[in-house]
Amino acid sequence: MDKFRMMFQFLQSNQESFMNGICGIMALASAQMYSAFEFSCPCIPEYNYAYGIGLLIIPPIWFFMLGFVLNNNVSMLAEEWKRPTGKRSKDPAILRYMFCSITQRSLIAPAVWVSVTLMDGKSFLCAFSINLDIDQFGNSSLIKGMSETEKMKLLAKIPCKDLFDQQEIRVAASRYIKCISQACGWMFLLMMTFMAFMIRAIRPCFSQAAFLKTKYWSHYIDIERKMFDETCKEHAKSFAKVCIHQYFENVSGEMRSFHRHRSNRDDSDDDDEDKKRSDEEKLLGIRAQDDMNKVLWNWHTCKPPLALRKDQPDGEDNDRLNKEVNGGPNGFVNGHTHDMGKKEWAVYYSKV
Amino acid sequence: MERLKLVLQYFQSNSESISNGICIILALVSVKLYTSFDFNCPCLPQYNKLYSLGVMIVPPIILFFLGVLVNRHTGVMMDEWMRPIGKRSKNPAVVKYLFSAMLQRALLAPMVWILVTLLDGKIFICAFSMSVDPKTFTGMPNNTGLDVIKLMAKVPCKEDVIFRNSSFRKAVSRYVRCYSQAVGWSILLFLILLGALGRLIKPCFDDHATFLQTRYWSNYLDVEQKLFDETCVLHARDFARKCVVQFFEDIREDAVLRLPHPPFVRCHREEGEDEEEEERLYGITKQEQVDQLLNKWYYCKPELDVTRIAYRPRACVTWEDHDGKTLYSDV
Repeated sequence: MDKFRMMFQFLQSNQESFMNGICGIMALASAQMYSAFEFSCPCIPEYNYAYGIGLLIIPPIWFFMLGFVLNNNVSMLAEEWKRPTGKRSKDPAILRYMFCSITQRSLIAPAVWVSVTLMDGKSFLCAFSINLDIDQFGNSSLIKGMSETEKMKLLAKIPCKDLFDQQEIRVAASRYIKCISQACGWMFLLMMTFMAFMIRAIRPCFSQAAFLKTKYWSHYIDIERKMFDETCKEHAKSFAKVCIHQYFENVSGEMRSFHRHRSNRDDSDDDDEDKKRSDEEKLLGIRAQDDMNKVLWNWHTCKPPLALRKDQPDGEDNDRLNKEVNGGPNGFVNGHTHDMGKKEWAVYYSKV
Repeated sequence: MERLKLVLQYFQSNSESISNGICIILALVSVKLYTSFDFNCPCLPQYNKLYSLGVMIVPPIILFFLGVLVNRHTGVMMDEWMRPIGKRSKNPAVVKYLFSAMLQRALLAPMVWILVTLLDGKIFICAFSMSVDPKTFTGMPNNTGLDVIKLMAKVPCKEDVIFRNSSFRKAVSRYVRCYSQAVGWSILLFLILLGALGRLIKPCFDDHATFLQTRYWSNYLDVEQKLFDETCVLHARDFARKCVVQFFEDIREDAVLRLPHPPFVRCHREEGEDEEEEERLYGITKQEQVDQLLNKWYYCKPELDVTRIAYRPRACVTWEDHDGKTLYSDV
C-alpha cells in the first residue's frame, strides 16, 4: 500500500510537473529565441514603428497559441464543452476552471518574451527614435535648417550604428530610450507578479469550498477519459485475440477446447507432456501446409466478421447459438462436474 | 528505487526543508537576474536618481511577491485563517507562526538583491554622482561647455566621449562605490546581528512548550492538506474505473450473473486467461455493439453514480454431492 501510494504520488505529481516542465521549457525557449534572433531595425521612418512594436507583440501571441497547442487539456476542455448533456449535467464552473489553468500556463512564455525584449531595449529604440527631442542630447546645430521629413529621416537612423555619424548623440539617445524601455519592463513584471499574487494568495478568501469541488471534478474528468481509453484498449486486445482464435478454428474446422476434464487426472504428469500439450494447442488445429496457406490467404481476401461466437458446449447446435445476439441464460451443468450435484442460488452461464 | 523512496519520504515528511530549498533557489535566481540585467544609467540629471532607485526597489518587490507565491505555507495559512470554525476550533498562534515563517522566507531574495546592488556599486554611482562635490577631485574637464550638474550626471557612463580615459571620472566612481559598499556591509552586519540576537534572547521571552505545540500543529495542517489532496486523487481514480466498467456492463442487454467456480475445480483448469479474456470483453462481441458503445459515450455520458457496482451483492454458491453433503460453500 505504501509503495502504491508513493508511486501514485509520483505519477500524480508527475502529470502536473510534466505540464510545469513544458511551461518552463517554453519560457527558456522564448528567452533563447530572443537572444538568437538578429534584430535589425530598418532605420526608415515609415517602417521603424511597425518593426519595433511588431517584434514586441507578435511572437508573444505565437507563444501563447503554441502553449495551447502543446497542452493536452485543451482537447479535454473542448470535449467537455461540446458534449451533449445526456445523463450527466454540465457545470460551467469546471469549464471556467480548466480554461483558467490552461491560460495561466500558456501566458508564461509570452510574458518572458515581452520582459526580455523590454529589458534589452532594442525594439523600443527602433520604434520610438523618431519621437525624440534631440535638443536635450547635444548641440542642436545638427538639425538646424532641416525640414520635417529630413529631420525624421535623420532620427530614424539612430538605431543603426553605422548609419548615424554623431556617435555621442546616438549613444546618449539610445541610452535614454533604453532606460525608458527597462522601466516599462520592470513595471510590466511588477504588474504580472502582483496579479498572480492576487489570484493565488487572495483567492482562498472567496469560495474555497466551491473551488475544491471544481478542482476535484475537473481532475476526475481527466482521469475518466484516460480510464475509458485504457478499458477500450484492453477490450480491443481481447476482442482481437478471441477473433483470431475463432478465425483459425473456422479454417481448421476443429474446436479448440479451452477447458479439459481434469477431475480424474492424477498428479504425476511430467513436464514434457504439459509442454507438448501446450505446443499442440498453440497450433490452434492447423497442422497441414494447405490449411496454413488457406489461413494466410483468407486473412487478406476474406477477413472474418467483427462478431465473436460464444464458446459452445459439446453436442449443442453451433448455428442455433450463433444466431442469438447474446447467449441466454443456460441452466445446465457442463463438463467436469457431472458426478456431483450443485445447488445454485442463481442462474449462471457455464462453458466447456 | 529504495533511495528514491527514501528521498521522497524525507521530502514529504519535512515540508520545511522544501520551503528552505525553494527560498535558497529564489535567492540564487535574484543574483543571476542581477548579473544578467544590463544596467543602463541614463546619465541625465533629471532621470538618474529615478532610474537607480527604481532598479533598487522594484525588483525586490517582485521577488517578495514571488517568494510568497511559491511558498506552500501561504496556502495553508490562508486556508486556516479564512475557514469557518465548524467542529474544529481555531488557534491564532498557528496562523501567526505560519505567517512569520512565510514572511521570513519571502524576505530573503529581496534582501539578497539589495545587498548585491549595494556591494556592486553601479546603482549608487548612477544615483549619487551628482551629489559629489567636484572640487575635491582634480582633473575635471572644463572645456565641454556643459554645466557642472550635467557633467557630474555623465560620470556613470564610461563610454562617453568627455570622460574617455579620465582619471577624474574614475576617482569619483571609486569614491561613490566606497560609500555604497560601506552601506551594504553595514546592512549585512545589522541583519546578522539582528538574527543572532533574536535567536539568543527568544527563549527568554517565549514559552518553549507553546512553541513546540504551534510548530507541531502547523506542520500537521500542511500534511493534512497534502493527504486530503492525495486521497481525493485516489478516490477519483477508483470512481472513474467503476463508472467506466459500469458503463460497459450496461450496454449488454442480458443480466447474466457470473459465478465463481469452486477452488478444486479452478485449480485444475488449464488456462485461466481465457476466462479473463471473456471478462474483459464485458459481453461486447460485435462491431455494432462497439460502435454503439462509443457513440453512447459521447452522446449520453453516464451519470456520476457508481452505487450499483460498488455495492453489488456477492453471489454465494454451495456445491453438494448426491447425498446432500456440502463439498464447498461460499456462505
